[in-house]
Amino acid sequence: MKLAGFLLLLSGWGIVVSTLPLLPSVGARAAFVLAGMTVELIGLTLVARAYRVPKG
Amino acid sequence: MAASPLLSETSATFCLVLILLVPLAGAGLALVNSGLVRSRSAAHIMLASLVIVSVAAIAYVIVGFSWQGAPGRPSHVLVIGGKPWNWIAAEPLFLRGLRLDLSPASLVLLLQVFSVGLAAIIPLGAGAERWKLGAACASTVLLAGWTYPLFAHWVWSGGWLSQLGAMYGLGQGFIDSGAGTIHVMGGLSALSIVWIVGPRRGKYSEDGGPAAIPAHNVVQVLAGCMFAWMGWLGLNSAGAILFNHSDVSAVVLIVLNTTLSAAAGVLTSTIVTRMRFGRPDASLAANGWMAGLVASSAAAAFLKPPTAILAGAVAGGLVVFAIDQLEFRLTIDDPGGVISVHAIGGLWGLLSVAVLSDAGSGAGGQWLAQLIGIATLIGFVFPLTHGLNLLIERVYPHRVETDGEWQGMDLYELGAGAYPEFVVHSDEFTQH
Repeated sequence: MKLAGFLLLLSGWGIVVSTLPLLPSVGARAAFVLAGMTVELIGLTLVARAYRVPKG
Repeated sequence: MAASPLLSETSATFCLVLILLVPLAGAGLALVNSGLVRSRSAAHIMLASLVIVSVAAIAYVIVGFSWQGAPGRPSHVLVIGGKPWNWIAAEPLFLRGLRLDLSPASLVLLLQVFSVGLAAIIPLGAGAERWKLGAACASTVLLAGWTYPLFAHWVWSGGWLSQLGAMYGLGQGFIDSGAGTIHVMGGLSALSIVWIVGPRRGKYSEDGGPAAIPAHNVVQVLAGCMFAWMGWLGLNSAGAILFNHSDVSAVVLIVLNTTLSAAAGVLTSTIVTRMRFGRPDASLAANGWMAGLVASSAAAAFLKPPTAILAGAVAGGLVVFAIDQLEFRLTIDDPGGVISVHAIGGLWGLLSVAVLSDAGSGAGGQWLAQLIGIATLIGFVFPLTHGLNLLIERVYPHRVETDGEWQGMDLYELGAGAYPEFVVHSDEFTQH
């Protein structure tokens, strides 16, 4: 789960950065930047869950 | 490549005086961190702060500045889609070829030597009472020698994040006077360390509930806040002059905004804790003050005084909520609260540039530039930092042995306690 989380973090950043040269309009860029950040958030959540101290 | 800011000799001298205040921010942070831990590890934190600032300065001078450079200095550029992406500096090692005078590049170097030390001591507050000094030094070498300079180049030395406005019409490009590059980076490094070392022994019970481990010296914490305030006045002002090309006359506004933001932060956290617990909580109020300072680091030069108050108030409220959520929901044991103060407070500061300031007004896209900077910190800088810390873990584990935790880091790593004549807890200076 940790590895998947970190791969999602990097993938999200890849989406954000690739919008700059690939998409010309501000609207499309904004949509893909938000999508990339959502992917990052999912990745961070996965990593956080993996590192959570287990009960008991 | 961004043009180097031109400074008159008077302006450069004034900037130098501001830079000389910056070590007070590190001193304040060290006092805050050491006051917030148990007395058995207080001397260890203070010594570790001094050692880490030293390691950071040397690593940065040897190799870090070579990657970061300064505006207008040589750098490597990749052409992508017809646009020049400036991604890393091309300076020689050991500062060779750099004139050490009042030139903008040498002032940038001096400010960065202090700033990288500040970023490097932030994780100490989170890893306190269980992070070995040797491992902390190794982590600092990688932070000061590689991660920090790389991101700082992107933001402050004409790198691609600072050029988002010129290349893609996104406002003025990513704006940051230190909240992201110093504080979010330090806060994310702290998160990485906490996840690797795990919580302190006895912090979480079998049902997952956290135990309260109170600070050993709140007076020291509050004194640290005052030192930090003076340091931040220099940090924000010098950063704005050197990196945001603010005029020297803008220092009055920056100093005022920094103070107002911290004031709103401490008042909000005091009120919130008063409402929640019936009495103000001094430790959380101190964290509110620090969060206000951190938030001001992004946009002090761009806000008006009323919006600086709003930015600080949000930071102060946010930090109380974040500390609670991290400790209870995510089982993150962060004795100094530095992840909430520096990472979350810093991220809010970066957002406040787009939400509350008029930076980039008329050009549009400042929102996107700020979001791209934040996405880079979370999606690139954090995995890079964590990966490097995991590499160190394989060679030299970060966490101290069980005996070390029982005895306290002072006795275990330094051989003597901070307060040997004032033992207040029966188990602090005894062998287990």
